[in-house]
Amino acid sequence: MVYVVIIFLWTAILLYILLGGADFGAGIIELFTSRANRPRMRKKMYEAIGPVWEANHMWLIIVIVILFVGFPKIYTTVSIYLHIPLVCMLMGIIARGTAFVFRNYDAVKDDMQKIYTPIFVISSMITPFFLGIIAASAVSGQIDLHAQDFVSAYILSWLSWFSVSVGIFTVTICAYLATVFIIGEAENEADRQLFTRKARRTIFIVMAAGGLVFLAAHAEGIPLLRWIFSDVPGIIALIMATISLVITFVLLNRNKPIMLRLLAGFQVTMILFAATYSHFPDIILLKGGDNLSLLTHQGQFRTIETLGYALLIGSIFIIPALVYLIYSFQQKKGTREAH
Amino acid sequence: MDDFLAARLQMAFSLGFHIVFSCIGMVMPFFMCTAHYFWLKRKKAVYLDVTKAWSKGVAIFFATGAVSGTVLSFELGLLWPKFMEHAGPIFGMPFSLEGTAFFIEAIALGFYLYGWNRFHPWFHWFTGVIVGISGLLSGILVVAANAWMNSPSGFDFVNGQYLNIDPMKAMFNEAWFSQALHMCVAAFVSTGFAVAGVHALMILRGKNVNFHRKAFQIAAIFATIAACLQPISGDISAKDVAQRQPAKLAAMEAHFHTEKGAALIIGGIPDTAAQTVKYAVKIPKALSFMATGDFNAEVKGLDQIPKKDQPPVAVVHYAFQIMVGLGMAMLGIAVVYFIALLKKKNWAESKWMLKLFVIATPMGFLALEAGWTVTEVGRQPWIIYGVMRTADAVTPMPGIAYSFYLFTAVYISLAIIVSLLLFRQIKMVDKLYDSSSDKNTR
Repeated sequence: MVYVVIIFLWTAILLYILLGGADFGAGIIELFTSRANRPRMRKKMYEAIGPVWEANHMWLIIVIVILFVGFPKIYTTVSIYLHIPLVCMLMGIIARGTAFVFRNYDAVKDDMQKIYTPIFVISSMITPFFLGIIAASAVSGQIDLHAQDFVSAYILSWLSWFSVSVGIFTVTICAYLATVFIIGEAENEADRQLFTRKARRTIFIVMAAGGLVFLAAHAEGIPLLRWIFSDVPGIIALIMATISLVITFVLLNRNKPIMLRLLAGFQVTMILFAATYSHFPDIILLKGGDNLSLLTHQGQFRTIETLGYALLIGSIFIIPALVYLIYSFQQKKGTREAH
Repeated sequence: MDDFLAARLQMAFSLGFHIVFSCIGMVMPFFMCTAHYFWLKRKKAVYLDVTKAWSKGVAIFFATGAVSGTVLSFELGLLWPKFMEHAGPIFGMPFSLEGTAFFIEAIALGFYLYGWNRFHPWFHWFTGVIVGISGLLSGILVVAANAWMNSPSGFDFVNGQYLNIDPMKAMFNEAWFSQALHMCVAAFVSTGFAVAGVHALMILRGKNVNFHRKAFQIAAIFATIAACLQPISGDISAKDVAQRQPAKLAAMEAHFHTEKGAALIIGGIPDTAAQTVKYAVKIPKALSFMATGDFNAEVKGLDQIPKKDQPPVAVVHYAFQIMVGLGMAMLGIAVVYFIALLKKKNWAESKWMLKLFVIATPMGFLALEAGWTVTEVGRQPWIIYGVMRTADAVTPMPGIAYSFYLFTAVYISLAIIVSLLLFRQIKMVDKLYDSSSDKNTR
């Protein structure tokens, strides 16, 4: 049953990166869009993410609940030593969520929008940036359980070139997902051209940020290359991601929006797979070589058993409803456009 | 500021805000669906207008509630890691189910908000009902988790080890029913009075009277029914607390000395050092009756509880007095409104009745906050009653005071902005929602 729980954990993380990431990306690319194109971009973005938006926080909550119920030691270690980046991320989540609501539900449209928009855009960057920092810090052996002073226990646990570069990489991935996602929303050729240009530029930025991650890992002595290339599945995942990136680049010129979305999703899935596979079942790598493993630090039998059933039963309710939600809005949009 | 105090204050603040957001987000859908039902049945445009206006409120509060809830799920670990390390696997069951309930709520809300004219009208209406039901379920589950902290069960505590964990037993602990019942009814009371009060004020000001009158009626009837049910649930809770947590009951009542036929103390200033209550009204034997159903039964006083296991008496006592006092005031208004509806139709829309409701606008939420103060402060010094002390659960990281200032600043600005947003929604009723105001063009 513990494997069922782990699969749910991994899937929830993936879905948060994919769906939440596209959502964050919407805010990020707004920042990098010229003032003239901004209103057009924004309108398309919210038509695309509107109905599904309400569900995105849930993936993160599921991750947290699985961790504290099933793997409490892992949850508390992260909570204690990564307190500061977690608080920064939470600030981003609060600011972003509320700014989004206010932007959409303020009855009076006036100068207040000038306040909501920058908050929304900036927090759209801060949240994935710190998410990346947290993920990188967890696997790079920076957390020191025996640290004696404040700085080495609570600051150096997450502040490093590697963590920061993974943070930047996460931000670019989000922007990439959003640009690819929005191409399918274009209703005329001019829009499609604009969005395609945007997507192509973002691909280069993602690759640059990816390079930065490897450089930082090398500079800080983190054996990132060995982790990825030490086992076959990791290598295959990385090769698949690269190939699909090339295909994406080629397809950008043709009108294949659904294919592009699938490819982008596939790439992110492969990157997450490569990043997590080599460590599995370890999830937190501590300073000094001790690791926190999903298998050895799991909760008691009954807890994992009931958690697994709760997740399985939950997904029986959720998945059909969520699929029907997305399906019916795609469907209705199609018929509306046809008229 | 002391780190421990800062952590407690930050938690209290976060919960205090989340409770308001989530109660409104939980109860408003029921009001919205009632208005929607009348629209579908009677086809009067004003009901559609009210439904649409309220659905905006639901969306705003759902989203802010979701954000503050996400933050709370992290704060549990950020502030109380040692508590979560042991409690997580035991009382996590309601949280994992709540995830499902909340997810369904979010999906249903997506259908509801974006589904106008896209689905069969009754299917669309039904998604709104699902929003309400799943929201209520989430609330019940979260309260069940809190109840476990008051009434820990589903494990054996042996030499500091938490063994033989049974998550289902932990979820259905002894306190879950009384606490969840009291909280759900309280959510209806507080949201009902708050919404009714706002609409009553608008009627008094003579703005979009027909629109606000319909809205007022729906909210006021919900509030009235809930306010009349609350004393019954309060009685169940009191008897339950008396049995399980005598220290909490003693602090609520500032009941210092164990005695038979104990008097009920109303108001007054408790003096912990002298073990007396000054200037209080005492009703002989009433406490014994309330706690046990027997006028002569013995009620355990604070003298039977070791000093180090006693909760802060004054805070709990005052908070309890505020809660009960406000509850009684709302019950009074509810009874008058009930009589008005049944016997004296001209009272129901009279100015003084509306003014009563305007005065009562904040009462429900003040009572709600006071009630949670009783539950949480009354459990101290324990975080898991009788098992783990709050002071032992706090994070080792120093400097929590800064985190407290930061979160306080964020929550206060959030409260200001949400109020502003609602104020602007209400101001725009004339233009956006009231279709009768532009000369019945519909």
